[in-house]
Amino acid sequence: MLKLESVKSLQDLRETLKIKRAALSQKDDPQSTIQVKVTMATCGIASGSKPVFEYMQQELSKRNIPALVSKVGCMGFCYAEPTIEITIPGKDPVMFGFVDTRKADEIIERFIRKGELIEGIIPINYETA
Amino acid sequence: MAKQIRIALRNCGVIDPEKIEDYIARDGYIALATVLTELTPEAVIEILKKSGLRGRGGGGFPTGLKWEITRKVQADQKYVVCNADEGDPGAFMDRSILEGDPHSVLEAMTINGYCTGASVGLIYIRAEYPLAVERLKVAMIQARDMGLLGKNILGTGFNFDIDIRYGAGAFVCGEETALIHSMEGLRGEPTVKPPFPSVEGYLKKPTNVNNVETFANIPVIVNKGWEWFSSIGTEKSKGTKVFALAGKVNNVGLVEVPMGTTLREVIYEIGGGIQNGREFKAAQTGGPSGGCLTKKHLDTPIDYDNLIAAGSMMGSGGLIVMDEDDCMVAIAKFYLQFTVEESCGKCSPCRIGNKRLHELLEKITQGNGTMEDIDKLRNLGTVIKDTSLCGLGQSSPNPALSTIDNFMEEYVEHVKDKKCRSRVCKSLMQYMVVPEKCIGCTLCARNCPVNAISGERKQVHFIDQAKCIKCGACMEKCKFNAIIIN
Repeated sequence: MLKLESVKSLQDLRETLKIKRAALSQKDDPQSTIQVKVTMATCGIASGSKPVFEYMQQELSKRNIPALVSKVGCMGFCYAEPTIEITIPGKDPVMFGFVDTRKADEIIERFIRKGELIEGIIPINYETA
Repeated sequence: MAKQIRIALRNCGVIDPEKIEDYIARDGYIALATVLTELTPEAVIEILKKSGLRGRGGGGFPTGLKWEITRKVQADQKYVVCNADEGDPGAFMDRSILEGDPHSVLEAMTINGYCTGASVGLIYIRAEYPLAVERLKVAMIQARDMGLLGKNILGTGFNFDIDIRYGAGAFVCGEETALIHSMEGLRGEPTVKPPFPSVEGYLKKPTNVNNVETFANIPVIVNKGWEWFSSIGTEKSKGTKVFALAGKVNNVGLVEVPMGTTLREVIYEIGGGIQNGREFKAAQTGGPSGGCLTKKHLDTPIDYDNLIAAGSMMGSGGLIVMDEDDCMVAIAKFYLQFTVEESCGKCSPCRIGNKRLHELLEKITQGNGTMEDIDKLRNLGTVIKDTSLCGLGQSSPNPALSTIDNFMEEYVEHVKDKKCRSRVCKSLMQYMVVPEKCIGCTLCARNCPVNAISGERKQVHFIDQAKCIKCGACMEKCKFNAIIIN
């Protein structure tokens, strides 16, 4: 990890990272990719999100669907854990609740691969500062 | 317009907490950079004072003022402490922030160090939060490697580093003086204030103690400005509050709402209403230190002052929703059982008084209470509140006093009619066979663990109340609805 020696180097790094991050969800950007975020806070892990995280990583790779699978903190929907959020480039993020490996398989085959709207979507009901 | 605005939770669920790059991409550490190079400590404190940010741990003390007090004290060493003890049962706001966005706390503590003149930060976190501890450690290593924590931060010459200290699960160690003594290696007992820790705290040096959620708000106030922050909320309570919505509500979880949102909006619109279509009875705020809000408070805007006026308090943000199947006397007893166990024992009002309160409630729920007992609860509760040494004792009678004020009918029913309308207090319940419905199948008698049911085959059965332990097995097994609770 590069040590930041000045405020300017922090600002430059931020600009680079911001562009990189934004590119992930831009349709037609060569850097864009499907993003899968799995809630891995205590509530999520206690409800079984670790197997879902590993399943997503392994299966998307096995089925040759390029995606960035990452773990995130609590999204606040503790009643619906395990929750995952999928962002397809060019589209709004969609959140699914009560996800187990069986549901994860359905999400990969029907939602990600074919773009079908399936059951289990939880509406995001907040703005973020 | 969404009812929730995520400020303290802005990065939770959005970034990978173990990747500092994610935090930086979302303006992480920019506030620290601005503060170190463009603002004096006094200027930052002025921003905080104007923003109206108040302590989110429950006390609601103006944060800017607290930082200013520590700044003004002359000392050779000062400390910044993050209170991550979170002892309230049912509260998990701080845990979620630490697990989902640990860098926001680290950045804010460093800003605090710059403003107050401290070079050491300590995070007091309960050992029961292993994932939060793990994520904090990873974050600290990454921040140090990048020059954002430790010596010569961002090449500015400012030094600040953070260490973690572990709590052992004592509720009283959420109180700042007890917390400080626990860190010093002493038994977690509070001491009289004044002197306040801001002036004389850890190792007798000025110590600025702030809650996790208070810290999480700091970087975004510096970045977006005090005008933006103070435009959200009510006149005396600015910004948002994170609530851990739990209990009999459909959408259990974390909600962050602007101050001034009503209880109705939180429970029905965000929370999805009461489970199983039951009716709302009360909502407990502030955990064991708070009181309950009832139907008549549903349209009260939630803020620090309104909640105190309603006989409760904001507390750290736990919001437990109760329905018609919850007995308010049993709830008061539950909270008192908790505080009796957690009392450190140093002062008599809390140590002895709370025990007596608990005994009185036990008496009432067993069916042996009298009307004098209810008066005694009130009087003793008030005395304990007025004479206890620390916040634990000063607020532990609140659940009992609040339920007596709002649900007197239930207390009277327990005492005079020996009845518990919510069917929670087992000693006040009688399982009885309805003769007209019983066909004498003997299923109940065969399943009774204490052989309290007698009867011949095809004859009406009978439950011996003296032997009955009220486990409910008979009622569960009966296929003819012939057993009821009286």
